[in-house]
Amino acid sequence: MSLFEIENPGFDILEDPQDGPNPREVQLWFGPQHPGITGNMSVQVWLEGDTIKRGITHVGYLHRGFEKLMERRKYIQSFPIVCRMCVAEPDTTEYLLAASLEELSGLDAEVPEKAQWIRTLVMEMSRLQAQLMVFGGQAGTMGLGTAPNWTYTLRDFLLDSFEELTGGRVYHMYITYGGVRRDLPQGFALRLEKTLDAIEERLPYLDDLILDSEVFRTRARGVGVLPREWAEEIGITGPPLRAMGIARDTRRDFPYLKYPELDFKVCTATGSDIYARTLVRRMEIQESIGMIRQILQKMPHEGPYCAKLPNMLHWTIPAGYTYVRAEASRGEMGFVMVTDGSDKIRRVHLRGPSYTNAVTVLERMLPGTNIADLSALMVSLQTCPPEIER
Amino acid sequence: MSLRNVIAPFSAWARAFQKPFTVPQDSTHRPGAERYRGWHINDTEKCIGCGTCADICQNEAIDMVPVDEPTKGDSGLRPKVDYGRCCWCALCVDVCPSASLGMSSEYVWVDKDPDVFRYIPGVDKKDWDGDERGWRKDAGYDLIDHERVPMPMLEPEEERVKTWAEVVLGYNEEQARKEAARCVECGLCIAACPAHMHIPDYIAAIRDGDYERAVQQIYDNNPLPEMCGKVCTRRCEGVCAVGVNGDPLAIRWLKRFATEQFSDFDQVLSRDVPQIGAGRKVAVIGGGPGGLTAAFYLAVRGFQVTVFEALPQVGGATFFGIPKYRFPLPSLEKQVKLLTDRGVKILTNHKVEGDEFKRIQQEFDAVYIGTGLLKPSALRAPGEDLPGVMHAIDMLIDHHLGKKVDVGESVVVVGGGNVAIDAARISRRLGAEVTIAYRRRLVDMPADDEEIEDAQAEGVKLITQNIPLRVEQTPEGKLDFVWGPAEMVASEDGGRPRPKLIEGVENHLIVDRVIVAIGQKPDLTWLPDDVAEGVSNKWGYIDCDENGMTHVEGIFAGGDLVNDTADAISAIADGLKAVEGISRYLGVDAKVRRV
Repeated sequence: MSLFEIENPGFDILEDPQDGPNPREVQLWFGPQHPGITGNMSVQVWLEGDTIKRGITHVGYLHRGFEKLMERRKYIQSFPIVCRMCVAEPDTTEYLLAASLEELSGLDAEVPEKAQWIRTLVMEMSRLQAQLMVFGGQAGTMGLGTAPNWTYTLRDFLLDSFEELTGGRVYHMYITYGGVRRDLPQGFALRLEKTLDAIEERLPYLDDLILDSEVFRTRARGVGVLPREWAEEIGITGPPLRAMGIARDTRRDFPYLKYPELDFKVCTATGSDIYARTLVRRMEIQESIGMIRQILQKMPHEGPYCAKLPNMLHWTIPAGYTYVRAEASRGEMGFVMVTDGSDKIRRVHLRGPSYTNAVTVLERMLPGTNIADLSALMVSLQTCPPEIER
Repeated sequence: MSLRNVIAPFSAWARAFQKPFTVPQDSTHRPGAERYRGWHINDTEKCIGCGTCADICQNEAIDMVPVDEPTKGDSGLRPKVDYGRCCWCALCVDVCPSASLGMSSEYVWVDKDPDVFRYIPGVDKKDWDGDERGWRKDAGYDLIDHERVPMPMLEPEEERVKTWAEVVLGYNEEQARKEAARCVECGLCIAACPAHMHIPDYIAAIRDGDYERAVQQIYDNNPLPEMCGKVCTRRCEGVCAVGVNGDPLAIRWLKRFATEQFSDFDQVLSRDVPQIGAGRKVAVIGGGPGGLTAAFYLAVRGFQVTVFEALPQVGGATFFGIPKYRFPLPSLEKQVKLLTDRGVKILTNHKVEGDEFKRIQQEFDAVYIGTGLLKPSALRAPGEDLPGVMHAIDMLIDHHLGKKVDVGESVVVVGGGNVAIDAARISRRLGAEVTIAYRRRLVDMPADDEEIEDAQAEGVKLITQNIPLRVEQTPEGKLDFVWGPAEMVASEDGGRPRPKLIEGVENHLIVDRVIVAIGQKPDLTWLPDDVAEGVSNKWGYIDCDENGMTHVEGIFAGGDLVNDTADAISAIADGLKAVEGISRYLGVDAKVRRV
């Protein structure tokens, strides 16, 4: 008997368990502070050698409860909050908030034609800059450091345009109830056209660096293959879905804004692997550039850019329920909006692609994935943690 | 594996020999875009301190802090921005009613003291204060509604002179709630209102459709709301934040709407006020707005109040002065009924004269004097005693008492105040061609702008910058009103510009009647000499202390006799002051609620 047992009679001493932790397994926290992770989230993985045996995702590092915050603010005060639901692509959420409340209040009938065109323009610019970011970022996860530097430069050209148009580079806070907040500046179309030319001119160089690079091809092909059956089961949307060869796009299937008047194709690829998803993004960059050019040609140059608004401090909206959706660069985003006749939102819920992609799909994909491919997998699923922690 | 794919990435090396896209920050500071949302700037001269920016800020980054003494239409507060909270959304700029707030295009500011990132734009000087670039309010986008809901009026305009019916028809429920929703609840109106009515509160109640609450809020400091809802001089609207760059809230019409929702206010208002004045008697001499206000709130508190009124109807100038097409008699009677319901004893046709004042002084614990200004000011031009020259105030009283007033076929009204306009519009309805002759410019006219517009719409002609020289009788039995043109010269004492006669020019206007409406003076001859001497100053007006009490103990006063603004709402404010003063003087709690 040990001294401890003599001094503490009746205290159970636990025996070493027979089947304890697998000595071949290493538990590892990937994130929240890690350059390979997308945003502020982490993945807890159990490795055997280089191979992930299982893993779970952790979110909550930047929980600010956007949806709850919006229930306590007047409609106009909710407007600066929504863009923060997705840092990389703030305009989609801005549009969804505006569209859902316009529908419930009846303001949608008054949104001017020009505002709809400007909104379409901003949405497409926003998709373009987000795709550029991920396109280069995908190569970055494989150690190809030059590519993201280049695409971020191209994205910055677009951010200059955003700054000129909306007054902000990252958070634009531009699409709002009744239209948009400001008209296009003088000569904006011409400068945007030049920016598009500059981006388009450099895309072939990026192809050399990314899609045509043997390193990238080897590491992206056949890696992170999503089975086609998951598409419907989990509700996968966006490039991961189109990379399975399924041509689904909210812009075409559930038309909104001025998309029906634009000529564009839904880009698909086969293989459903990281390479296919990157390829879809690369094609969508080209499509977006084309669409922006069409918008600049077709949009009216005269007319108001915002409906006449009532006093927004006391704006009340009749009780109602709606779901509106839009195609973000990551996939379908939607707002479930409930109002109760007061001057505040009763309930709002964001349905974004990140929850599906970064939690459900990723956790299923983890077993068997090489630890070195985890970053590439996450970026190819285009995870955006703030959108999960809305 | 193809050779091309191995070699392709090396094409990136070509970039190494080209000019980089990136620029070093320390040598090249790129200014923000034309409409960049950078650090705030504020034009403190244009800012009225309404606080709407602080209201809309969802981060609560803006505090309104005092930087100056409040003045008319300016709270003296200015926004202080906390950049630990600000998210640069610029809603504050887009909502700013005075368009004073803006954002500069400056975005770099480094300091090791975190406290400096809270500053009052425009007051705490910054390098970017004069920045022409940056986010500013844009004409095509506004978060507040600057357009007033139009008031339905009696149409067509030319028919109005043929009837005594009310010209303003009043809002319906939808219009009123829409108009009430325009309010930004800054409260500048409360400070501007002499009676400090709870304007944003009752407008909020109307917006919510709770008209009982609206009337209760209104009655808290105004017992004649329907009168004010129709004819108030509305200083509130003059300072309305929404009106800085648009139409001010129709505060007067909203008050009118709320009061029109009830045929009788008795049920709406509580009778549950502590009866602190029980057993004490107060006399109110003169049943004008000030006197009635004092009488009502004293009676509500349990005082025994008697009102002595010389005319057959109480209401003072709101009864005999304001034409019935603006303020019909039933509206007045509805409000007087509530007074009598609450126990006010009203003695009409009872002019206090001779010894009676002394008797009243003995019988009552306190006396309130609010007899107003009834002695007309003289024209001081030859011929003013001719038959056919009359004073507006006498004409208005005669008209309202139902006596026949003969204005002939053409009239010139001398003066530019509300009384002049009333006399002109009544003469118009009596069938005369009317011309108003005013000494100063149109912008200087003390009459309400809407009144002037309505008068013109009804065919009243207006000549400005003229000085009456004399009135002569013509052989045909008409009057020749002779006037000379005037030029505006700066006043020696720094006041508003005054008219100066241009010598040598004479204009003639042949009319049947000349109506003089250039103001009235106090008349205290009905008071015993010693009392009159005790209460009045050298101009014949009465001076009061902060309790509304004159220099003679126990005698309180208010209204046009005391204040120089000479409107009903100021008289009501004086009445309110006297209610507190009399309560305090008689040793009861003056802070007890009023309704």
